[in-house]
Amino acid sequence: MSETNFASAEDKMFARVEAGMKRRRAAEKRFQWYGRCAVALGLTFLVVLFVSIVSNGYTAFWQTRVTLDVTLDASVIDPQGSRDPEVLRAADYGGLIKATLRDMFPDVTGRRDRFALYGLISNGAAFDLRDRVLANPQLIGTTVSLSVAADDDVDMLMKGHIDRDGAEADRRIKDNQLGWIDQLQADGRLERVFNLDFFANGDSRDPELAGIRGALMGSVFTLVVTLALSFPLAVAAAVYLEEFAPKNRWTDLIEVNINNLAAVPSIVFGLLGLAVFINFFTLPRSAPLVGGLVLTLMTLPTIIIASRASLKSVPPSIREGALGVGASPMQAVMYHVLPLAMPGMLTGTIIGMAQALGETAPLLMIGMVAFIADVPNGVFDPSTVLPVQIYLWADSPERAYVEKTSAAILVLLLFLATMNAVAVLLRRRFERRW
Amino acid sequence: MEAQASHLMASGGPSHRAVGADLGGGTYDRAHRGTVGEIRVEVPRMRCTKVNVHYGDKHAIHDVSLDVGKNEVLAMIGPSGCGKSTFLRCLNRMNDTVASCRVTGEILLDGKDIMAPEVDVVPLRARVGMVFQKPNPLTFPKSIFENVAFGPRIHGLVQTRAELEEVVVTSLQKANLWEEVKDRLNDPGTGLSGGQQQRLCIARAIAIQPEVILMDEPCSALDPISTAKIEQLIDELRRQFSICIVTHSMQQAARVSQRTAYFHLGDLIEVGDTDQIFVKPQHQLTEDYITGRFG
Ligand SMILES: Nc1ncnc2c1ncn2[C@@H]1O[C@H](COP(=O)(O)OP(=O)(O)O)[C@@H](O)[C@H]1O
Ligand SMILES: [Mg+2]
Repeated sequence: MSETNFASAEDKMFARVEAGMKRRRAAEKRFQWYGRCAVALGLTFLVVLFVSIVSNGYTAFWQTRVTLDVTLDASVIDPQGSRDPEVLRAADYGGLIKATLRDMFPDVTGRRDRFALYGLISNGAAFDLRDRVLANPQLIGTTVSLSVAADDDVDMLMKGHIDRDGAEADRRIKDNQLGWIDQLQADGRLERVFNLDFFANGDSRDPELAGIRGALMGSVFTLVVTLALSFPLAVAAAVYLEEFAPKNRWTDLIEVNINNLAAVPSIVFGLLGLAVFINFFTLPRSAPLVGGLVLTLMTLPTIIIASRASLKSVPPSIREGALGVGASPMQAVMYHVLPLAMPGMLTGTIIGMAQALGETAPLLMIGMVAFIADVPNGVFDPSTVLPVQIYLWADSPERAYVEKTSAAILVLLLFLATMNAVAVLLRRRFERRW
Repeated sequence: MEAQASHLMASGGPSHRAVGADLGGGTYDRAHRGTVGEIRVEVPRMRCTKVNVHYGDKHAIHDVSLDVGKNEVLAMIGPSGCGKSTFLRCLNRMNDTVASCRVTGEILLDGKDIMAPEVDVVPLRARVGMVFQKPNPLTFPKSIFENVAFGPRIHGLVQTRAELEEVVVTSLQKANLWEEVKDRLNDPGTGLSGGQQQRLCIARAIAIQPEVILMDEPCSALDPISTAKIEQLIDELRRQFSICIVTHSMQQAARVSQRTAYFHLGDLIEVGDTDQIFVKPQHQLTEDYITGRFG
């Protein structure tokens, strides 16, 4: 009698649990689906971003070049036959190129037509020729085969960015130019090669000559300065605050201020840099040194906060173990706590550096937005940085800068990925010792 | 569960005399707070007088006076939170690392006050070593060898590599660990079993030739076999060092120690020879604790 009662009571319980289970399982499923949707949405955006950047940018890694047979007329280059480098440098190589073009298209007469003809070749051609002659003066008097960059409009036409069937008035390449280009192509004088110029040159007003190297080196120098200053400073500050500083009103105040600094808009640091480093200390404008100083101010709080968190997470038993055998507090921190906190500190550093790499606003304030054609050779040379270069190119009207902008973004992302990879490797090294 | 509750009630009632009478204890009732038993020994290694510890406003240790004898194992027992660890950590000024902690009173090591502000804690901790509850092999340097070598090295106890190796080997031998690790001295200390790690920590402590070794529940994270090995080790180490051990196992206290101190809510309630404490406690609280009425 009592047993049947028990059984039915148990059944009832079971039924109730079972009914609840259905709801719980459904809720769990739903929750998982929310998560999956969120991940999928994030991935979609990422894919769209990458596809659009890559599809816009990959053509920038190719370049149209024209092969010219240039006769190096001694009477033009070196009339006295002195072979003096100064004379060679000053010679009219542009004229030689133009003469070559006139020889190739003898029917082109009229001033305007000739101008249009010369316009097919990049302004950089004359410099290429000059460098070639300076490197090898024996070439004077012979005919050399020279591969020169085509003008950016020709390049755009070859890459299909200019519609040759559109109305002539809307085209940057006119009908007569189209004819010459077709002829060059028929003669096998047009070729598509890997765009070395893009990686070898600094910025330029001529899109076909503009390269990323200046901005890339500027970013490298700026980040080296930032890293060299912010990492040791931040680690030292974090170790002191976390391990040694007394806990009182002053250190509380400092802590609050560091947290607040991390939230200050970056352009404010730019203004500060302008006022302090450039106007007061009269450091050079547009220099990676000043950029690095400003970005150090910006990244310091980020790294300090991350470093303190990672020091806090080192178990106290580690400190006690070291102190218990008589290590001084500094020895305990240096040999035992710091190595264990290092992976976390590196993570914080890489986040800070990634922020610094992508930062534009504060650098605008200190003049790193200027047009600078030379590749910087050190932290004092004027230069720009990758994100600013992207901004500058995106702002330029020529069609050819569109692909350059996307290509520069790709370089920036690659730079970031490399930095992250290095950080991951370093972190592994430290984690393995754990 | 119920039985225990009624026991507690009974011990609060008039019948507790009868219960206490089983062991012949209970001479001092629960309200008595002065330390019962002989706190001094003939040849003390450490001598504490009127030690008080505060954590901020919390008074964690009240007026504790106690000797640690030469070549003896002193066990400290008591319910958790009674201040055993706190008192132990006074003996090598480990409490200095706790910001809110304030220690007053006099603690002598070989007749010299270690509480004096001019005393440097670094050499002090070389003389009064410590082994913790959770085995904590140093992780950096990480190898078994480096773990033991760390202390002698930072204190400059050895001049040559050969001397260092000698110290490491003898310390590992004394800690009964040598046979188990001699083929893998360069492996990380964290790869050892819990019991081996704890013996490694003991080897690390004895490598710097301390006079006193403090152990805070060294076996509470270990299995019975490892515990037995460590207890045997403690007995061997007694010949060379003074040892203070905090334990929550009364059997362990009974097995390894010569003297036992019973703490209760920050008071040192009773001290005496281990045999006497466990067979014939004089204080009602001690008796309650060792007969399992609370703890
Ligand atoms: N770091 C600390 N800060 C504040 N109070 C503490 C700290 N450590 C211990 N206490 C307090 O001191 C008392 C004694 O603690 P402890 O010595 O750890 O006890 P036991 O080791 O006997 O279990 C407890 O009430 C505990 O809450
Ligand atoms: Mg404790």
